[in-house]
Amino acid sequence: MTVFNLAIELAYWQQTVIRSILGLVAVLLPAGTLVYLYLFKMMSFMQSRLGPMEAGPYGSLQLLAEVGKFLQKEDLFPRTADRVVFKAAPFVVLASTFLLVLVLPAGPDAWFINIDTGVFFALAVSSISVIGILMAGWGSASKYSLIGGLRAAGQLVAYELPLVLAVMGVVIQAGTLNVQEIVLAQANGEIFGWGGIGNPFLITQFLGFMIFLVAVQAELTQPPFDMPVAESEIVTGYLTEYTGMRFLLFFIGEFATAGIFSALAATFFLGGWYIPGLDPTDNLFNLIGPLVLVGKMLFVSFLIFWFRFTYPRFREDQLQQLAWKVLVPLSLVNIVATGVLKVVF
Amino acid sequence: MNPEASTQQLSYIANQASDARVNIELETEGMTLNLGPQHPATHGTLRIIVRLDGEQVVSAEPVMGYMHRGYEKLTEVRTYPQVTTLVNRIDWLGSFANEVPFILAAERLMEVEAPPRAQWIRTALFELSRIANVVLFLGDMAVQLGATTPVFYAFRDREFVLNQIESVTGGRFHPNFDRIGGIKDDLPKGWIQETKDVLARIHSFCEEMQDLVVGNEIFQTRTRGIGIIPADIGLAYGLSGANIRSSGVDWDLRRDGGVGLIHDQLDWKVWTHPDGDSFARYWVRLQEVRESCKMVGQILDGIPSGPIMAKVPRIIKVPPGEAYVETENPLGVMGYYIVSKGDLVPYRVKIRSASFNNVSITPWVLKGVYVPDVISILASLYFILGDIDR
Repeated sequence: MTVFNLAIELAYWQQTVIRSILGLVAVLLPAGTLVYLYLFKMMSFMQSRLGPMEAGPYGSLQLLAEVGKFLQKEDLFPRTADRVVFKAAPFVVLASTFLLVLVLPAGPDAWFINIDTGVFFALAVSSISVIGILMAGWGSASKYSLIGGLRAAGQLVAYELPLVLAVMGVVIQAGTLNVQEIVLAQANGEIFGWGGIGNPFLITQFLGFMIFLVAVQAELTQPPFDMPVAESEIVTGYLTEYTGMRFLLFFIGEFATAGIFSALAATFFLGGWYIPGLDPTDNLFNLIGPLVLVGKMLFVSFLIFWFRFTYPRFREDQLQQLAWKVLVPLSLVNIVATGVLKVVF
Repeated sequence: MNPEASTQQLSYIANQASDARVNIELETEGMTLNLGPQHPATHGTLRIIVRLDGEQVVSAEPVMGYMHRGYEKLTEVRTYPQVTTLVNRIDWLGSFANEVPFILAAERLMEVEAPPRAQWIRTALFELSRIANVVLFLGDMAVQLGATTPVFYAFRDREFVLNQIESVTGGRFHPNFDRIGGIKDDLPKGWIQETKDVLARIHSFCEEMQDLVVGNEIFQTRTRGIGIIPADIGLAYGLSGANIRSSGVDWDLRRDGGVGLIHDQLDWKVWTHPDGDSFARYWVRLQEVRESCKMVGQILDGIPSGPIMAKVPRIIKVPPGEAYVETENPLGVMGYYIVSKGDLVPYRVKIRSASFNNVSITPWVLKGVYVPDVISILASLYFILGDIDR
């Protein structure tokens, strides 16, 4: 199975190399884009400052400077840290990110894995990061880290549920758990017999989209749900003791996951790699599909980061209340309504 | 002992024992958390030893003195005009306001009074330094609650106020401008119009904070009903300034003190809030910035002409005696108790700074709250480290 419809047959090891490189690109490119575009520039403009301007034109090489800075730093361990757990934690978090990107289709044939339980797989592997965060919190042997890690675990487990339930509406409407077929269902869908723009599930599943965005915000531990890393209370939570390369890995993991969750939201609700007016089986989509997906991802992550830079944070008990008392009941109502309407129409 | 009673007794004892076991099993181990001396939320070196049960605070104890600079002792080897340089550094965000009560106390001992124009300019700078100080609080409180953006707006707009202070006094942070019997210099040309523009800016900043912070639902859920200080407890701990006014105590030395500033000739209002929670403290300070803008505007319109210095000897020797003058500074009541023996230098100076008392209430108010609320309460009490330790 090749990534693109290449005319030549590739050996297995060649495919593996290509897939590894493309997987790295799919993780690092969104992370870098989001950091530069939103964290450096949009945040600065919102806060009436310019952001990085010195490294390269408009500070575009600032990312390289930052990575270089982190790589130069000493790899420090707290004396009483559980060294193995402490060392392994960032890799566990990053592994979840790399597994998550696998199910994202970027074109009719441009995908890493095409499995019938894609949605299930995505939501399952996204939970792995909880283990990594707990490992970081426990292994650091610091009180701030421990509080942050436990807060993160409680929060991520609580928001896993609305995340899953919000996607259930999409799954019911598309009638499949396969991510690629969800995209095709939107591309081939019709709005009351009019198939001009397909049927992006954003229209029918608007409530689900909003719940998904809120839950994603909490999964990413971004404001207003950044209680686990609240820098004014518990320094930076489970990240407190990390320096240099390992901190960088956490950082990449955070922003890459933000990008991939945005891309997932774009795939589930905005039609993924498809744009109206073209045949979804067209080979052209293997080329422009990734670009379309990145464009939609940037739109969704714009919303996420807009909230991030605007709102203060909830308290731990308040955000648990939001999850269990508001989001879960709303998404259950959404599922029931979707099911009923699916049978009626 | 009849058998029935013993069965009852036995079951009673068994119940007690099982209850006790449950209590032992559910009991969690306490944890001591050191907030500070180096901690992002204390902006300075305040240390708070917090005993935690889970996320709940069992007891909190502030440890002060990491920044003690011995100003009270240092004043004993400085002449009176030199002391203003020292006391500038107490509350470094509203420096000019620190000089005023000291100068007023010295003036009272020397029985001189500043001419009207000097008093008006003094009051204008006093209120401008309050704006520069509290504007930063309005942004900083939001940043303690996790919203990063407002503090940048605060820094941006405070800059204009500092520019105005600088163009009169020559110093942005440490003006060192107040003199016994008047002020150092007159206003520069065009200053009044420029300051009016700055006031309009600060006014729009207040509107912005009203929308962005006060009107925000998350901010309200985080601050309403959190850290309630009843009026009698607040008074017992010696709170002052906006902290006590937000508990419903209508007490403002600018109106009630009657010292040598001209607040009584201006049209303004003392804001209070009945709730006494963190939200009230933020809200009252926001209103106070607005009132200060109003006051400075009135001063700019009505400033009288005339000299800016009274007749004072070139070498200032303060006659023997003692005086205590307190004013309503940005952080609360600040007072200087000066004892003079007729020398060039004060014999003793005692500084009553507001933040020391404001922080002293933390053991009472932090008891039983959650760790996130510790930060919002500390932020809303608003202290400056230099003002605690002097």
